Amino acid sequence: MTTLTAEHLVKNYHLRRGLRGGTLRAVDDVSFTLEPGRTVALVGQSGSGKSTIAKLLLQLERPTAGRILVDGKPVQRRGGGLRRYRRTVQMVFQDPFASLNPYHTVEHHLERPIRLHHPKLASDEVHRRVLHLLERVRLTPAENVAARRPHQLSGGQRQRVAIARALAPGPGVLIADEPVSMLDVSIRLGVLNLLATLQREEDLGLLYITHDLATARHFADEILVMYRGRIVERGDADEVILRPQHEYTKTLAAAAPNPERRLSELRGG
Amino acid sequence: MPAPPVRPVVSAPVLTIENFSVDYLVNPVVHAVKNVSLTLRRGEVLGLAGESGCGKSTLAYGIVRLLKPPAVIVSGRAVFHSREGIEIDWNLLRAEELRATRWDKISMVFQGAMNSLNPVISIRDQLEDVFTTHRPEMGRRERRRRCAELLERVGVDPARLRAYPHELSGGMRQRVMIAMAMALEPQVMIMDEPTTALDVVVQREILREITRLRDELGFAVIFITHDLPLLLEISDRIAVMRAGEVVEFGDALSLYTDPQHDYTKQLLASFPSLTGERGSFVRGGMDERLLALDAVRLDDPDAGSTA
Repeated sequence: MTTLTAEHLVKNYHLRRGLRGGTLRAVDDVSFTLEPGRTVALVGQSGSGKSTIAKLLLQLERPTAGRILVDGKPVQRRGGGLRRYRRTVQMVFQDPFASLNPYHTVEHHLERPIRLHHPKLASDEVHRRVLHLLERVRLTPAENVAARRPHQLSGGQRQRVAIARALAPGPGVLIADEPVSMLDVSIRLGVLNLLATLQREEDLGLLYITHDLATARHFADEILVMYRGRIVERGDADEVILRPQHEYTKTLAAAAPNPERRLSELRGG
Repeated sequence: MPAPPVRPVVSAPVLTIENFSVDYLVNPVVHAVKNVSLTLRRGEVLGLAGESGCGKSTLAYGIVRLLKPPAVIVSGRAVFHSREGIEIDWNLLRAEELRATRWDKISMVFQGAMNSLNPVISIRDQLEDVFTTHRPEMGRRERRRRCAELLERVGVDPARLRAYPHELSGGMRQRVMIAMAMALEPQVMIMDEPTTALDVVVQREILREITRLRDELGFAVIFITHDLPLLLEISDRIAVMRAGEVVEFGDALSLYTDPQHDYTKQLLASFPSLTGERGSFVRGGMDERLLALDAVRLDDPDAGSTA
């Protein structure tokens, strides 16, 4: 059980334009809380700062201002404290074709995080855990899948390996950056459904980063709408999508494919 | 502009695809496209829906004969009916004729096309290249004027002609590619996932642009994507492909309201609705049936390796 809190996060990047420098404020005063068992969706278009927030939470970038708290305590930036933090906060990336190493088997991908975070485990216990993880993401028969290399799996199956890998250290918070946008549509909901199930089982806090408003609405409890580094609207998922207040949320909602709108036109004309 | 401003008669066909089959001559042989027959009418947007590996891109490449070995067209033909009433069977064209006809009559915008711009040549030179190759008689001044016009048409400031590809955003580069595909005012444009790499807001702008230009210039579009809601919005008719075959073909409205094939129904059900209830089961209990669609196959371990 972990609660992750972001308080007034700010991230500036320095740009170089010829001899003059400039500052790009990628994240501007962003605060939110990830609680166990709850899903928060972060939506916005490319360049709005969504992925920068993921990087800040993962300690891949240092915030310019503001802080990140785990169960009320600031994150330690080095040593054992940072290792513990990395075990607690895990990530699922967008591209399952790039996030798995083509030279290594599925077993290798799952074994490493288990060994890194539990160095004292015996080999057969590690193997048992690998199989258990595969079963949890419904990749069965697990023995068979464990011996495969990424190219022998479909995109959806690869993404489930990536989810299993993220779960391997036993995290309390999962950050999923566009976890289904590269997958075939017919299996997207299956993967989200699986994520929701695992979340319930482990009582995970989940940050779902996406530009797809429709899945955000059904998958998340709360939606944060980002625009140019700021959160311009936040609230209950249905509320934000069905009754958007901010102009930008309305633009986003209008840009999302919505066949019902076209079909009512076709019927009318 | 020399383009006809009126919306052409929708019924006349501009491209007929008959019994088109493509095999990949690998061991064992893969029948990627099986006996596909489609008619594209003048000025319509025909959506081709299907998931990765279903053969939709192979079909697109096959129509314009851009397939590389081991892919071969084993049967069927694609016949282009020009505005002047001439029929061109693409399979019978020789290499030189093919080079002259492609882009002039049928042009293509492929997925990730924005990354196929040459990074060390300016946008202007790349656009002008289309004219120097296909319209060698055109003067330099005219060429420059046309290039500026093209950019303006897709909503990019003509001042950006001097820019190099890396100085433009992904959306702008994709627009440049669309401008390039429209340069010779083709009668058919084949677009394979032209907006998939772009974010929703940019995608919406480009789609609006394509529909507007279609109305203005009257070309027909084959729009290929796995995004069925998007197709339902922009297409006149939709063909659903699966495992190399067209399993359902009909107008957008009836396909949506009264799908016949099980696969079409399954595809339609896999999109959560933005404003409706469909999709709310995601947060419900684990539904093993959803993942059964993507079960691990034991007979063929390389099954997942389609591009």
